[in-house]
Amino acid sequence: MPKIIINDKEIEFENGMTVLQACELAGFEIPRFCYHERLSIAGNCRMCLVEMEKSPKPIASCAMPATDGMNIKTNTSMVEKARKGVMEFLLANHPLDCPVCDQGGECDLQDQSLYYGFDKSRFKENKREVKDKYMGPLIKTIMTRCIHCTRCVRFATEVGGVTELGAIGRGENMEITTYLEKSMESELSANVIDLCPVGALTSKPYAFEARPWELKKTETIDVMDSVGSNIRVDTYGWEVKRILPRLNNNINEEWISDKTRYACDGLLKQRLDKPYKRENGKLVESTWDEIINIVCSKIKETEKNLVAAHVGDMQSMETINSFKSLLDSIGVNNYDFREKPFYINPENKINYIFNTSIKGIEESDCIVLVGSNPRHEATMVNARIRKNFVNKKTSILSFGNPGDLTYDYTIVGNTTEDIKKFVNKQNKASEIFLKSKKPIIIIGESALELESGQFILESIKKFLLDNNFINEKWNAFNILIQNASSIGAIDIGFLKISKKNNFEFFNKLNNHQFSLLYLVGSDNLDFTKKDEFIIYQGSHGDRTAQIADIILPSPAFTEQNGLFINLEGRLQKSIKSTYPPGVAKEDWRIFNLISRHLNNQDLFKNFKELRDNTLKKIKDHSDFDVLPKTKISQENSEIGSFTNESVLIKAIDYYFSNSIARSSKTMSDCRAARSKNLKNQTGT
Amino acid sequence: MKLNRFFKIIFLSEFVKAIIIAIKEILKKKKTINYPFEKGKISPRFRGEHALRRYPNGEERCIACKLCEAVCPAQAITIENEERPDGSRKTTRYDIDMIKCIYCGLCEESCPVDAIVQGPNFEFSTETREELYYNKEKLLENGDRWESVLAENIKLDKPYR
Repeated sequence: MPKIIINDKEIEFENGMTVLQACELAGFEIPRFCYHERLSIAGNCRMCLVEMEKSPKPIASCAMPATDGMNIKTNTSMVEKARKGVMEFLLANHPLDCPVCDQGGECDLQDQSLYYGFDKSRFKENKREVKDKYMGPLIKTIMTRCIHCTRCVRFATEVGGVTELGAIGRGENMEITTYLEKSMESELSANVIDLCPVGALTSKPYAFEARPWELKKTETIDVMDSVGSNIRVDTYGWEVKRILPRLNNNINEEWISDKTRYACDGLLKQRLDKPYKRENGKLVESTWDEIINIVCSKIKETEKNLVAAHVGDMQSMETINSFKSLLDSIGVNNYDFREKPFYINPENKINYIFNTSIKGIEESDCIVLVGSNPRHEATMVNARIRKNFVNKKTSILSFGNPGDLTYDYTIVGNTTEDIKKFVNKQNKASEIFLKSKKPIIIIGESALELESGQFILESIKKFLLDNNFINEKWNAFNILIQNASSIGAIDIGFLKISKKNNFEFFNKLNNHQFSLLYLVGSDNLDFTKKDEFIIYQGSHGDRTAQIADIILPSPAFTEQNGLFINLEGRLQKSIKSTYPPGVAKEDWRIFNLISRHLNNQDLFKNFKELRDNTLKKIKDHSDFDVLPKTKISQENSEIGSFTNESVLIKAIDYYFSNSIARSSKTMSDCRAARSKNLKNQTGT
Repeated sequence: MKLNRFFKIIFLSEFVKAIIIAIKEILKKKKTINYPFEKGKISPRFRGEHALRRYPNGEERCIACKLCEAVCPAQAITIENEERPDGSRKTTRYDIDMIKCIYCGLCEESCPVDAIVQGPNFEFSTETREELYYNKEKLLENGDRWESVLAENIKLDKPYR
């Protein structure tokens, strides 16, 4: 390995590293503004200057490739003088408005000016002033503060895949702009706020809300989609003020989607804080004692096979497990977690998880999407696919038309016939697929929802097994589950299906064969009420609460501890960061109350017992934050019947996909901005 | 030594000296003041009762940067803020718990716009505790009342900042 000397310390580095990375490796931190690990190198802020032997001038370490035998000095007076000079130039045009700036307290420029700044200004000329730009409902711009690091531009083009940000003008007149004063059409747009080293791009909904030092920070995970992005929830008192990403190279790198970041204001609105019961068609407030009495007498008087239960999209495994224990104790047999009838095969864990893993996508050399729109279903997965595409120009094939995915792909066909041809090696797509070394297939819920859903899943799995693409080293078989609770629910067994009929629950539900429905947080359940008595337990007064007869208030995901398994089977902990409003009780406590009333005994003594019990039920569980080690078996499942139909990818109302997002003002602003953009596009 | 002491006692020299000092002091100017009617001189840096100042056009100076809240060692300051319709950053709440306050003056020192100041007033004792929980109105009222003195004090102290 080549060697480099940094401050008289000799270290080995890998080929292809820059001087800055080598310095980091040696443990010397280099100040920087424009350089970012996950973006291309620009080298325009000049803050990372270091001294190199035999070079008359200091060099920009971020853009200089490290070579064998270099002698770098980072702590000489020359380096310091150079950096001070750069800093003075940066500050010459930077306004002194730190006290009103939202970046204050977490600003790179502020921090570094503490070391390299000059306490007086020698700049007597007029300061530059730049007009603020409109960048949509999420990003507030104060462009006078911009120091032209172009991180935002590089992020939008490279990671976001939208070329809507750019710089016009040159020198002092350079301006970052969206050209047409429209909002950024990316689900990752708000990450530019984190990237901005100064306060030029700040968060619009969070504007002037709080200071970073007065917030309580909780490191937890997100449940808006099944990716399980690692997030940090910042709270001030009861309120969740903002959500920021946390670095996890296996899942979300350091980005999060806009929905994850900004649905948090929905946690303050439309909350259920008291139990309610319906009297003469109107919901009236009630007390816990009274409401539990009503619930229990209703359960007692209803025949058990007429009772059905459903859990929603954001419920933790503890909730699902304690709910299932309650249902088992009273003998209820009809329950499911799916919001729409899509085929599922819970026999083996590889049948319902994203086996390649999110990080594995980067290694792939051929990606096939089957009835899936990863951009809206799992934004972070889409970001990985795009990363792969940008790095390797991988061929991406799709069955069904998912629309703009921010990268180029080829539509192989729009019917299930094409999928059949593909698995029978009768079309060109299968040729490309078989030639590749590490291909992956991503099957979306939309495909499994088709009549030939079973055929699609089983035949593709058989195809992959036959061609040895499912083995210990590489597993090309992926199901893209949409909801955070789904994998956990399958593991716990919160679904009643038989080999013959996968959709027993939905058939009965839509034929109105149930008379009592107990719904826990199910706001997306596709169902019209007839005579059913509905008990709704949840956090938001959303769709189901409107038709419910009994409402039991429970905490949202930030307000109770819980376990979640993400789409690749990774078990993660969600940590309680704030407390629920009013008299809302944690889900498992409500089930305990009901059980005590019905059976005279607690389901679980305490939360620890519940968690231990839940951990035991996880299939192939080894530890937190690791992928499950599932044994690959050649089990013979029925291929299922084939129907020729078109592969329709169901559009997701991205900004309104769950009850929290629907209660959020920011999300509805985003939705309005997006539809406005669409309207403008059709005119030209 | 003993002889020296003997003469001192005999001639009452200490006693005479004391009387001379006393007579000198009687002739000098008085050091005590008649407090409620007369007041001692106060330094421009005196850290008395807090006040929130305004700009000459009547706009509040405070921009809710929360530096005083952060620096307050007694955590006596509570600030809440919001964006005004015109886009400016202003407080909706500015409370000081004058009982918690230790009158250290750090809030005044940290303020980037000279909004929160500790004025020359030290006579604000009250009969109830509640009256010492100052809110924004009370602080602004203080500022309006003392503005001329406050502005003068800040001007005098400027060279030393």
